[in-house]
Amino acid sequence: MKAPQRPMSPFMIGPYYKPQMTSLMSITHRASGVFLSIVGTPLLLWFLIAVASGPESYDAMLTCVGGWLGTLAVVTSILCLSFHLFNGIRHLVWDTGRALDIKTAYTAGWLVLIGTVVLTAVLLGVML
Amino acid sequence: MSMRNPLATARGRGSAKSGVHHWYAQRASAVFLLVLIGWLVFAIFHLAGADHATSARFIAQPVNAAFLILLVVTSLYHAMLGLQVVIEDYVHHPVLEVVLHFVTRAGAFFGMALGIIHVLKLALGA
Repeated sequence: MKAPQRPMSPFMIGPYYKPQMTSLMSITHRASGVFLSIVGTPLLLWFLIAVASGPESYDAMLTCVGGWLGTLAVVTSILCLSFHLFNGIRHLVWDTGRALDIKTAYTAGWLVLIGTVVLTAVLLGVML
Repeated sequence: MSMRNPLATARGRGSAKSGVHHWYAQRASAVFLLVLIGWLVFAIFHLAGADHATSARFIAQPVNAAFLILLVVTSLYHAMLGLQVVIEDYVHHPVLEVVLHFVTRAGAFFGMALGIIHVLKLALGA
């Protein structure tokens, strides 16, 4: 027997549901967290190991990080860190039961995006 | 409507003893990380373009070494909890799910050990 074609519940992301800042920033929070977990923290560890292992390892690490793949990893990590930091504060405020109305959620969302751009620009300006 | 006592339905389904622990630990580590990331921004300002000797001297200072160890441990703990939720939500293959949970935890603890030992190596002058 063929299964009846029942309507599916609307997914937050996809053609079924209008993209909204709240849902997009929610999934970006997860994505940036995953990126920081599997690329960002290893970069930090790599830095610590390179410093502890002596000048040759340190210079080798800097050469690697200076390449296109290393630069991409560092720039994306800084971007993810800035976003996850500010959007994380937004989530912590929500967890206290405050700022949950749509207008404030959007205002805070824009503040997060502005903060992300500023902190990313400042850190990359210092590092590059 | 069921005539059964609600307690009878709840029994045997496991308790809620540790129900909020994961949720709370994720938030507590996040608040802790706000401070530690603030320190990381200061460290990036200090170490951008630094040579090996400058970086080594910076990490060797006790306060910086303490901040770095806390940063490594807290960020990997927070990452471990976050990845756990992502795996629970999106990975529906039972074997793969268990394997990924194991790899996530093992990787986090391995990273913590690696980070601590290398910071201590610099801080204790070995």
